[in-house]
Amino acid sequence: MSTATLTPPPAAKQQLPTDEGRIGIRANLRHIGALVRRNALQIKKDPESMFDAVLMPIIFILLFVYVFGGAIAGKGNNQEYVNYVVPGMMAMMGMNIAMAVGSGVNEDFKKGVMDRFRTMPIARSSVLIAKIVVELGRMLVATAILLGMGFLLGLQIHTGVLELFAAIALATVFGASLMWIFILLGLSLPTPQAVQGVAMLVIMPLQFGSSIFAPTSSMPGWLESFTKVNPLSNLADASRALINGVGPIAHPTLVTLAWAIGITVVTAPLAVSKFRKRS
Amino acid sequence: MTRFEKTPDPGAPAVEVRGLVKHYGETKALDGVDLDVREGTVLGVLGPNGAGKTTLVRCLSTLILPDAGHATVAGYDVVRQPRQLRRTIGLTGQYASVDEKLSGWENLYMIGRLLDLPRKSARSRADEMLERFSLTDAAKRAVGQYSGGMRRRLDLAASMIGRPAILYLDEPTTGLDPRTRNEVWDEVQSMVAEGVTVLLTTQYMEEAEQLADELTVIDKGKVIAGGKVDELKAKVGGRTLRVVPAEPAQLQAMVRDLDEAGLDGVGGSQAVPDEGALYVPILSDQQLTAVIGLFAARGYAVADIGTHLPSLDEVFLAITGQKTADVRDATADDQIKEVAA
Repeated sequence: MSTATLTPPPAAKQQLPTDEGRIGIRANLRHIGALVRRNALQIKKDPESMFDAVLMPIIFILLFVYVFGGAIAGKGNNQEYVNYVVPGMMAMMGMNIAMAVGSGVNEDFKKGVMDRFRTMPIARSSVLIAKIVVELGRMLVATAILLGMGFLLGLQIHTGVLELFAAIALATVFGASLMWIFILLGLSLPTPQAVQGVAMLVIMPLQFGSSIFAPTSSMPGWLESFTKVNPLSNLADASRALINGVGPIAHPTLVTLAWAIGITVVTAPLAVSKFRKRS
Repeated sequence: MTRFEKTPDPGAPAVEVRGLVKHYGETKALDGVDLDVREGTVLGVLGPNGAGKTTLVRCLSTLILPDAGHATVAGYDVVRQPRQLRRTIGLTGQYASVDEKLSGWENLYMIGRLLDLPRKSARSRADEMLERFSLTDAAKRAVGQYSGGMRRRLDLAASMIGRPAILYLDEPTTGLDPRTRNEVWDEVQSMVAEGVTVLLTTQYMEEAEQLADELTVIDKGKVIAGGKVDELKAKVGGRTLRVVPAEPAQLQAMVRDLDEAGLDGVGGSQAVPDEGALYVPILSDQQLTAVIGLFAARGYAVADIGTHLPSLDEVFLAITGQKTADVRDATADDQIKEVAA
């Protein structure tokens, strides 16, 4: 062994791929479609994988409305609390479903089929985008179940269908941006367990240091300031204003959208480049 | 011995590798590899575990970037033209690269769509490939329930959907039983007959002899020998004939007869009385016939007869005078155990 070869000659890595042979948009959409179909088929064959999306909203809404609701909103004010907590939980659903993407991507990567995708003439981002599309589908299922449960427990839409859809759309956009963070974690960390652990660290403070479950006015000053910038708080406030017709809509919506764009712009390219380089 | 005769067409190199280097930390997985695979031929890359075979395939299929050197596949550079390159290759790895939850058909249809086949063509191509790889009966079953051999065949089918010009087979039969291994060999041979260029990595000399036109032997990331299969065989001694006479007492007489007969190029036969067997190095089919003819003519009763190829280990021993890394490690382990005991 000669010592000279220990520092690899710089030749290969500095050459960049040429632009020739780039995948066109229509082909790209077709590839994403085929990969979405793959993910959807996986769910069809393994219906248990939908348990989290189906059960989480049911359990959480029952827990919060009946166990904590009385304490937070006062006994007998359950119905009022339903209208408070359901819009907030729409924000929470997105975060929890997004978290699952990370361990999913991590596991997927250990399978040989990833090697096949990465040696095929498709844009490498299409594998990740397909995953996001399917997870957004799961998120919408969870949101539908949450709303269904909400209506059973007395949720009332004080505004209109349009505002309800706007709230769902805002949660979806923000959820999609979160998925890039968790995909990045999934590609950076060694095991699905590690991904889950780190994801919990991210989720917990954001989720509970927010206006999702209780109004922030009773919180200590520093925490209240944190909730003001916390995107989950803003998303919850925006949904609440859209559904209940009380409070400002524009400000929390803009803060949420700014976060969504910021997160996507920073983490999506990182995730795709990580995906490209990971061997 | 070989099941069919190939007449390789000395075409242009479909794969050209020059001075390829890949480091993993201090480990040099590839330490300046040069090789060519001529169009329409099969190159066997023979080496023990950890020799760098899989790293080589991963570099050539754009899964990892080399640290130095350069390589082209179908004229496309692995670093600068990965997208075009991917249109020309198929890869069947050591681990099945298909989706286990999906059925065989769903896998092939998905790959067809990813390769831009219209829906109808993707459907018929999936049917066609299942038929061709004898998987029609298992078309609707989840791949997770397939046997090892079926998975490998589906993997080959998946690699062939896009009619690649160049196919990489990374240890295609590792872990398969002999019958299934033969099935995979048959499939590979029929693909080669259609003109596909193949780069095959293997740990088995027998597999290399069955499938490859030329061989490159690598160890610790370096090419240590290369050439036509026959040349390499001549170098490492080719096959060995093992004869067990019905009457063990005749062993010495048989050796003497062989030596005295002075058959063309036959020499170095050895009696192993413990096994009651006689070993004769064989370089050609003619020699084999001559040796058997001689024993028949002298009226020796034979209880058992067979030939075997040198193992990877014997090949290494012949080329480098060293055992393979696997054997070296195993020996080291044994020594540790002995010390411990």
